[in-house]
Formats: sequence, C-alpha cells, structure tokens
Amino acid sequence: MSSQAVFKNKWLPVALISPQLLITAVFFLWPAGQAIFQSFQLEDPFGLNHEFVGLENFIHLYNDSNYLNSLFTTLKFSISVAFLAMISALILSAFAEHIVRGSMFYRTFLIWPYAVAPLVAGSLWLFLFDPTIGVVAELLQWFGVNWNPTLNSAHAMWMVIITSTWKQISYNFLFFLAALQSVPKSLHEAAAIDGSGPVKRFITISFPLISPTSFFLLVINFVYAFFDTFGIIHAMTQGGPGRSTSTLVYKVYNDGFIGLNLGSSAAQSVILMIMVALLTVFQFKYIEKKVAY
Amino acid sequence: MSVKHLTGLAVAATFLSAQVHATTEVEWWHAMGGNLGQKVNEIAADFNKSQSDYEIKPVYKGSYAETMTSAIAAFRAQQQPAIVQVFEVGTATMMGAEQAIYPIHELMKATNESFNPDNYLSAVTGYYTTNDGKMLSMPFNSSTPVLYYNKAMFKKAGIKSAPKTWQEMEDVSVKLLASGAQCGFSTTWQSWTQIENFGARNNIALADNNNGFDGLDTKFKFNSAPFVAHIAQMAKWSESGIFKYGGRQSKGMPLFYTQECAMTMGSSAGLAGIQENMKDIDVGVAELPFEDTLISTPQNTIIGGASLWVLRGHSSEQYKGVAEFFTYLSSPKVQADWHQFTGYLPITKQAHTLTQQQGFYKTHPGTETAVIQMTSTKPTVNSKGIRFGNFLQTRDIINEELESVWSGDQSAQAALNNAVRLGNEQLRRFERTQ
Repeated sequence: MSSQAVFKNKWLPVALISPQLLITAVFFLWPAGQAIFQSFQLEDPFGLNHEFVGLENFIHLYNDSNYLNSLFTTLKFSISVAFLAMISALILSAFAEHIVRGSMFYRTFLIWPYAVAPLVAGSLWLFLFDPTIGVVAELLQWFGVNWNPTLNSAHAMWMVIITSTWKQISYNFLFFLAALQSVPKSLHEAAAIDGSGPVKRFITISFPLISPTSFFLLVINFVYAFFDTFGIIHAMTQGGPGRSTSTLVYKVYNDGFIGLNLGSSAAQSVILMIMVALLTVFQFKYIEKKVAY
Repeated sequence: MSVKHLTGLAVAATFLSAQVHATTEVEWWHAMGGNLGQKVNEIAADFNKSQSDYEIKPVYKGSYAETMTSAIAAFRAQQQPAIVQVFEVGTATMMGAEQAIYPIHELMKATNESFNPDNYLSAVTGYYTTNDGKMLSMPFNSSTPVLYYNKAMFKKAGIKSAPKTWQEMEDVSVKLLASGAQCGFSTTWQSWTQIENFGARNNIALADNNNGFDGLDTKFKFNSAPFVAHIAQMAKWSESGIFKYGGRQSKGMPLFYTQECAMTMGSSAGLAGIQENMKDIDVGVAELPFEDTLISTPQNTIIGGASLWVLRGHSSEQYKGVAEFFTYLSSPKVQADWHQFTGYLPITKQAHTLTQQQGFYKTHPGTETAVIQMTSTKPTVNSKGIRFGNFLQTRDIINEELESVWSGDQSAQAALNNAVRLGNEQLRRFERTQ
C-alpha cells in the first residue's frame, strides 16, 4: 500500500486547496500583475493620462546612477545586518543553552525585541542615537566620536544597521537555540570524555550540525534586511543623509508614494520581485538539498 | 410602558433618524495632527452647529504626503473625499489633474456663494491662483519662514538687535560663538528656507517661465551665481560652526530648543512649539535675512503650508455644503482665531485687522512679524510663489544634494548643478504625463 493518499476525484484536491489559491490570487497574483502592467506605463498620479512606454522605465533605472547606488547600499546594509544578527544570536544562544538557573528569564528577555514593531524600534533607537539628547550618542561623544547621523552617512548607516540587527537577533536566537538543543548530548559527552573543552566542542560538533538552520537563517535574514526594515529606515533616516541609507524598498516607496512616479516605482517592484524569486529558487534548489545532515 | 408610549418612541425615533439623514455629509481629509487636529475638529463642529443642512466630517489622514497620496488613490478607486488638504508643493500636481479637481472660483459661482478673491491676502492666494486671477483652491494653513532668536544668548554676547542681512548673520554668529555658544544658527526645511525663499526674498528667479507659472516647459536655474554663493557661504559657515545642519523638514528644531544654536530659520507656525519647548526662555521673532549685495529692500517671502482642494464626483448638494463651509472658514472670526491659535497666516485682510483690533499682537510679541514680512511689499514674479510639477521629488533631490554640501562631499556649484539637472528631469516627466 502506498503511503501517499490518492484522490480518485479530480476536483476534490482542487476544491481543498482553492482557499489558498484564492488568497494567492487576490494578495499576490493580482497586485503583481498590476505592478507588471504599471511598469510599462507612464502615467500622471490621478491616472487620467496613460502612455505605454515599453521598457522605458527599466532602461531609465538601468541608466540611473542613484538606482545602482541604492542597490549597493542595500547589499552593504543586508550583508552587515545578516552577519551581525546571526553571529550575535549564535553567541547568545550558545551561552543561553548552558544557563541552568533562570534560563526562562534570559530567554524571554532575548526574545522580546522580536515583538517590537519596526517603526517603534526605529523611534526607540533614534531617541538613543539622537546627537542632542540621546544616551548612546552621549557615550560615543565621550569616546571622542563626533556623532552626527543627520550629516554623516557612515553614522547613519551604522545606526540603521544596529537597530535592524537588534530587532532580528531574537528571531535568530530562537532558531539557533532550538537547533543547538537538538544536537545529541551523547556526541558532546563522548567528546568531553576525549578531553575537548566547550569551545572546541561547539566549533567541531554543534556548529556543523546546525548548518541547515544557519543557511535557512541566512536566507531569512537577507529577506528581512531587504524587505522588512522599511519601517526602521523610515523612522530613523528617511533614506538620508543624501541617499546613503535609501535601500531598494525605501526607494520604491519614495518614488511611488512620495514622488507619485508610479511607473518607475512599479518597475522597481518588478525587479525586486524577480530578486525574491531567484533567492527562493536558490534556497530550494541548492541549500535545502546540499546542506543537510 | 404602554403600547402608546412605545409607538410614540418609535415615531420619535423615525423622526430623529429622518432628521439625521437630511443632513448632507461632506468629508474633509486633512493632515493636521495633535493640537492642530483638535482645532480642525473644533472648526468643523462649530460649523455643523451653526446650521443643520450639512455636516463636515474631518478625517485625519497622516502626513501631508500621506494625505495627498491617499486622496489620489481614493480618486482612482472613485472613493474620493469632497475636500482634501494638499500641501503647497503638491499644487502643480493638483492643478494638472483638471478632470479631478473642482476649482474654487467655479464652485463658488455654481453654488451662488458670495465670494470676493480680493479679500484674501495676495501673497497667500497668489500661490493658488492662475495667471488670469482664478483661484483654484482655498488657502487654509499658510506659513512663511522667519528667523527665531534666543534673546538670552544674544544678551550674553552683547548683541542689541536681530540680524537683518546675511552679512549681519555672520557678524552676530561670530559674536555668539565668542561668548560661548556652540553654534550660531540652524535652519529647518532647507529647500524652502535656503533655496525657494532665498530666491523670493532677494527677487531672483528659481526657474524660467515666471517660476513655472507660464507653462510646463519650465527649466530650473537655481544654480545661478547668487544661489551658489549663498550655499557655498553656508558650507564655509558649517565648517566654522556658525551654521549647524540639524536634519530635513523640522528635525533641526531641537538644536534651537536645547540652546545649542542661538538662531534658527523656520515656519512662522512653529512659534507655539517653540514656546512650549522653551518655557522660561525669551525668544524673539525677526524677518528672514536678505542678501544686501543683491537687493536693498527685501521682497516678501513665499508661503508654505497647505490649501483645501475640492475633488469632483460629488452631488451638487455636497458642493453647496463645501461652498458654505468655505465661506464660514474664511470669515474674519474663524480666521482670526485660527491665526492666533496656530501661528499660521490669516488668509484674509479682515482677519488680520480683527486680530490687530483685539490687541493680540501687542500681548503676543513676534506673532505679527510673518504677516508684516508677507504684506509689506507687492509680490513680484519671483516672490508670488512657485509652480513646479513633481516638486516634492525635486525638494528631496535638493535635500540630498545640500546634505552632500554640508558634509563636505561636494562643492556648492556641483551640488546645485546636479539638483537642477535632476529637477529638470522631474519637470520633463511631469510635462509628458500632462
């Protein structure tokens, strides 16, 4: 007997998945189709005049140095956030796993930032980093840093990176902790008998065994840094100073909702859509298959 | 309770609900949060109480940009409000959407509402009026940039009066720094105060076509010598500590609140906020400085803020309500109260006179400065306002380019050249979509 369920009726499976299909159609296919249609149009904000312009919106982006800069900014930002958030979460979870007393207390507090909305996190840290009244800024100034994120692009970049990292550590922490806890105790005990210390055991046993989780988190962190940090950037820098913290998603918003340039904004979303599709294909095709124990 | 009573109640209820339905609802989307939002609700409530035919329903829609974007989105979905508050930089976009807007002069005529555009301050209405004098939107909250200064810090540095020219700004700032101040002056809304109003105050054009009033094929020219000299000078001052940049929009205000900077340039409507944040500190209000090498008697400044646009697609009943509400809104009593409460300019001459008669300016020093600055000269083509499509994006471009000047990454000339080039691209795109 086969372990797979076989449906005799052709329409039953379709009926069963139709709610999901409907949701996908309404919340993804329809808006995505609209975006693709818009990306070939030049239009006034009210939609009173249309003009089909073919690939002009895309060609304009390709020739726009601001767009390419924004791509580099996004990469710089995403790599930093993913790297910092994963390393910090890994260290914290490695320690948290060893805590015997009060572990619930620490875990709860470490998971807390995840519940904070991006916009709130942004406002919170903006307050701490404010050059005039902020606590962190005061500390930095005490160390001789002339802290001014409203003018210094590097400062502004670090400010959004740190805030975005802070918010994502919790998520990574949860997954790393679960992964570390699933590493068989017997391996650690055997290694301990052979005389290896906790650090050595972590590097040679735990770290390789949790690599599927690490790769999963890498993709998730990239997606987070690309798409979910909009609120933080909006609250903290609004893409400035100059265009130094204007990521691709922020630029979509700025061109579309502030500048009312719907064609260009739609073209940018289409490009982002392709990027996500590629990232997903990459994840399923390579990572899920090759990184497994 | 007897059946008789119940029937009575039912009849009363029917009667009451019929009463409620008889009033025509008019939606008004606005961007006034906090205290201003409460005042807007108050105005609407007072109007609703003053008559029984119409009910104005104010709806707060977030920032200016959000309010405008949601009104446009609503229009595309045919759910638009009758009245929407649009900030001044959105003016050209609204004007361009001829099928979407209902010009005020047409509305007032169609509804037989008495309306005399001459009652309004020309420096305010000029921004919202066509070249042949037709008012398109109803001015609501208009402000203009002024110079705020910290009197205690001035006294400490031995300075007697507020600076009038940019040369004096430098002299005063040097004295302030010598007396221990950390910074001379800051500015808010840099494109508005340092580019747009620098042009108006010194009577130089920002663009050809009469600053965009004469057509869509406008080209920017704010990379001309006077602008470059001004921005270059500010960059130099930024290095020596005379000028400190505090961020876009009004994010730089804390520099003034915390007394780090002794002066700042900001909206005349910011006075209430200053007084709230600096309770025990004496703050003076002076006119925006001018460049005496360019002009001997400075021009008026141009306004910021927002106006009320009427959107098409509603019943004539509702438009009648809108017209009556606008008449109420521009009545001297309502206007004077709004002006005194918010610091926005009075939009009619009568409201200004009424405020004078009430002795408000005497008891609240500094509140008349903006009105005087706006009305003491006759507006020229360079100072009556600007009309540029996609100007919101151009303002962002100017912000970005100026920031790169303040941080020392670019020269003033290079930055303004870039801003003009990118701004012209925006104008061309606007021209194509019209």
